[in-house]
Amino acid sequence: MRTFLGALTRGSGWLGLIGILLITLLLLFAAFGPLLDLPDPTRTNLRARMAAPTISLFGVGPHPLGTDQLGRDILSRIVFGSRVTLAVAGAAVILGGIVGTLLGLVAGYFGGFLDRLLMRLADIQLAVPLMLLALMVIAALGPSLQNLVIVLALVSWVRYARIVRGQVLAVREREFVQSARAIGASAPRIILRHILPNVLTPAVVVATLELARVIVLEAGLSFLGLGVQPPFPSWGRMLAEGRTYIASAWWIITFPGIALMLTVLAVNLLGDWLRDHLDPRLKVR
Amino acid sequence: MARYLLGRVFDGLVAILGVVTIVFVVSRLLGDPAVLLLPIGATQDQIAELRAGLGLDLPLWRQYLDFLGGAVQGDFGESFQFMRPALDVVLERMPATMALAFSALGIGIVLGALAGSLAALYRGTVVEGVVMVLALLGQATPVFWLGLLLILLFAVELGLLPTGGYDGPASLILPALTLGTFTTASIARLLRSGMLDVLRDDHVRTARAKGLMPRTVFLWHVARNSLIPVVTMTGILAGELLGGSVVTETVFSWPGVGRLIVQAMEAKDFPVVQAGVMVIATTFVIINLLVDLLYGILDPRIRRRG
Repeated sequence: MRTFLGALTRGSGWLGLIGILLITLLLLFAAFGPLLDLPDPTRTNLRARMAAPTISLFGVGPHPLGTDQLGRDILSRIVFGSRVTLAVAGAAVILGGIVGTLLGLVAGYFGGFLDRLLMRLADIQLAVPLMLLALMVIAALGPSLQNLVIVLALVSWVRYARIVRGQVLAVREREFVQSARAIGASAPRIILRHILPNVLTPAVVVATLELARVIVLEAGLSFLGLGVQPPFPSWGRMLAEGRTYIASAWWIITFPGIALMLTVLAVNLLGDWLRDHLDPRLKVR
Repeated sequence: MARYLLGRVFDGLVAILGVVTIVFVVSRLLGDPAVLLLPIGATQDQIAELRAGLGLDLPLWRQYLDFLGGAVQGDFGESFQFMRPALDVVLERMPATMALAFSALGIGIVLGALAGSLAALYRGTVVEGVVMVLALLGQATPVFWLGLLLILLFAVELGLLPTGGYDGPASLILPALTLGTFTTASIARLLRSGMLDVLRDDHVRTARAKGLMPRTVFLWHVARNSLIPVVTMTGILAGELLGGSVVTETVFSWPGVGRLIVQAMEAKDFPVVQAGVMVIATTFVIINLLVDLLYGILDPRIRRRG
């Protein structure tokens, strides 16, 4: 624990510390925010349409961050939106990470045709801009939370696969793998028991860096109306809806955007710090 | 070098072929355009006739081969919406996308290089701190939100610039700034860390010991050697920007390829989607080839390895 704190406060480590603090705060908000006695994020109130923020030095008022064009409470929508964002992005990163890591392990260990095929597929996928690929797949599958997770995972498996494959190539020829092979261990056993533990660190670092990208991508898709669908509140969708009323109600687009930026910043800071301390080799992408 | 290049060209062609296949499969999953094109209440005969006219009644592999054959000649069929060749519709939007992409890249390279080298030269001072905090914020700000904020400030509040659309150079400023911010931040961070690594190298110490002017050392010994990761990043960014920054183009109602493809997808205008994705993928592959060529110029070791 002492070395952990030491690493966190030394040099540029304080940035990582800020990241961890922000993420903790965000998780607390997402977990316990609903206990704050906030209004229902989906309840409309046309009499209180586009009410200005009421937070000030003298108190918070009924709608601290104002209401949107349908009179829904913005603070409440941000808090509930954070749960949707974190759940979708988290699920996508885990799914993409598992698939990508497994494919990278298989490609690196067996090599040959399978390896060439998988890496070609990765090249092809990298030749299409992410957003476009996500759009095409969503358009084909239809928008839903489940499909959103699938698309985001699909978009991110490549990075895990490439980095894990590279690590496997380095580990494969080491003595402990050869001795495992010599005593007759099966391929799945060698891969899972002997190689996997040695490639997990870079995979975790990639996962953190991916999380930020996936969050932004999800917000972008929701902004275009292809991501999170109503009634679920979503930051990207809030921005899209507020865009129409930008001239009369600045708060509708301002606060969800701040939430989004702080989240991405926190994850980026944590990712950078993890990379620098766990695996500096990943620095140049 | 020639063999290296040929290999890269071949890889690029395979990638494009893969993209064609994916686009074909996905667009066939989107639904039957014949049903959508005809007015409600059209008879089965009319639908069948239109399907035959569009070649949609052929077996899937025939459609794929026809599609491939057409793609090689730049023929993606007629747009269902505009009743004109799809490739023409896409290419008409290219100038808008390119204007935006190159302005954003220009901003990013100039400001990013400046900020990055300042941060490296004045490391450990306030200058570095300010640059790094700004860069971190710039990377964390989603572009479409930044776009909305800029519209709010410069178009709505100050009334200085148009909120969107495409008339005159003034309408380019906000979208270019929006995309340029992210580019600047990425390049600044990468250049700084690259320079800090190079500054520690032996050859820089030797150059200083020889008594070369600090400017010479900086330009010829430090800057040049920290450029490779920056070139890679610029290539990646150029590809993404030229691929139509779908969301930014939507925020500013910018008539670029990205927005065209999204609209075509909603209208089930397959030929335009296919032509658009093909144009973007091809641009992307070509840019990556150019980046590889640049590596050879910057780093002779790569050329010889070829």
